[in-house]
Amino acid sequence: MSDVTRAEYCAVAIAETFRGDGEMLVSPIGNLPAIGARLAKLTFEPDLLLTDSVACLLANVLPLGGAAGPAPIVEGWMPYRLVFDVVWSGRRHVMMGATQIDRFGNQNIACIGPFERPKAQLLGMRGAPGNTINHPTSYWVPNHSPKSFVAKVDVVSGIGYDRAAALGKTASRFHEIRRVVSNLGVFDFNTPSHTMRLASIHPGVSIDDVVKNTGFELAIPDKVPETRAPTADELRLIREVIDPKGFGYQEVKG
Amino acid sequence: MTPSQVIGQLRDGMSIGIGGWGSRRKPMALVREILRSPLKDLTLVSYGGPDVGLLCAAGKVKKVVYGFVSLDSIPLEPHFRAARQNGTIEAVEFDEGMLQWGLYAAALRLPFLPTRAGLGSDVMRINPQLKLVQSPYDDGEELVAMPALTLDVALIHMNRADAQGNGQFLGPDLYFDDLFCMAAKRRFMTCEKIVPTKDLLREGSVHTLRINRMMVDGVIETPGGAHFTECPPDYGRDEAFQKEYAATASDPQAWKAFKARYLDVANEDEYQKAVRNR
Repeated sequence: MSDVTRAEYCAVAIAETFRGDGEMLVSPIGNLPAIGARLAKLTFEPDLLLTDSVACLLANVLPLGGAAGPAPIVEGWMPYRLVFDVVWSGRRHVMMGATQIDRFGNQNIACIGPFERPKAQLLGMRGAPGNTINHPTSYWVPNHSPKSFVAKVDVVSGIGYDRAAALGKTASRFHEIRRVVSNLGVFDFNTPSHTMRLASIHPGVSIDDVVKNTGFELAIPDKVPETRAPTADELRLIREVIDPKGFGYQEVKG
Repeated sequence: MTPSQVIGQLRDGMSIGIGGWGSRRKPMALVREILRSPLKDLTLVSYGGPDVGLLCAAGKVKKVVYGFVSLDSIPLEPHFRAARQNGTIEAVEFDEGMLQWGLYAAALRLPFLPTRAGLGSDVMRINPQLKLVQSPYDDGEELVAMPALTLDVALIHMNRADAQGNGQFLGPDLYFDDLFCMAAKRRFMTCEKIVPTKDLLREGSVHTLRINRMMVDGVIETPGGAHFTECPPDYGRDEAFQKEYAATASDPQAWKAFKARYLDVANEDEYQKAVRNR
């Protein structure tokens, strides 16, 4: 399957972050996270709860961006305040973006530069502090570079493993940064001190590429596997059912 | 009542909660009326959208209390960004859920509500006034004591209302408009249409009647009053207008022209006319 694109590897890697979640609300933020979550629901995680990105839970999977598809089947109402309730109850796995992320998984989407007088104001804290203290969180970074994978984030929106550990066992018991997926590879925190580790590398990327584009020391195992390729059925689902207009390919080229 | 009668009751330095979410069902007619008023030094509490951006750009704002400020289809609010980056406003930034909790605490007349959200994050560093509280029960857990965000005034926009101040949302989400009203000393609601009380159930089920008259001190019919934010099912977001608005952030001349054409007009009717005639 030599014609598999980088975006499709990313979609499968993102889908894999939701494996085992079962009946959880999955909140994917961004196009490829949306594709990955829908792929997971259509294949190995049929029980995932997904919203229409507004206020309804949908029982079926629709294509991205208003492409022709099945009529939505609404299975529930999920306005914002119920989302917060679910966040605090823990039955949710979010995949957020990260303008900056460090080796412990601290994430910044608030601003670049000092908070008091930012060089660039970004989104704000949004739900990141509440997400990371309450339920599994993963990150999607489509532009892996020393500017996004940094030694120290300017502002901590989502908390990483070092900060969670400093809070103690009780406060950190729901904290889990599951995985980080970038355009170069997949990363987890399966090291003794929960620092970021290269878990798999997308085909066509070298370990050198990853190291060069990461602003901190990554844990790199002796053998780094390649990110799993999509199956023929997954490829069909991505191309024909989930993303016929190709929004995923705009987020990651190649 | 009219928008100017509502805004005439406000004073410099007040803290104003604004309902809606991002660029959705914002009480923009009232925001525009503030722009036309001499009010200044305001504190805004908002799930922020163009309400925050417009008021910042016009120099009306001292402080913004928020979890985010976004135009939804344009992720970053450019006028708010400019205000932050130029240091012209004070920023009080919370997690989105903490903001709800602060409003809820105020609504319940409690000094604070406990939450896990914020622990370990820079929310604690950038808000040094935040304190921890220990559970008095056997678990002894330490939590953030989110202080009540008591408001002087709440402004919200609904699809329908009756003249007594019972409000109805017909879109998919109430957002936190009821909490804004319950957290405030004075509460004003604009709506697309005032209908007789007996007709309130014509367009929506009883579940849509989430704002009742004890939460509201004044109701004003302002068709198009949420423009250019969305107000479904009555209308969607005016994306073209929003783009025009956003583009003025990087160009002082464009802002001046935008202001002259849409904001420095006599009243809401003139604004709506200017929008129609563009």
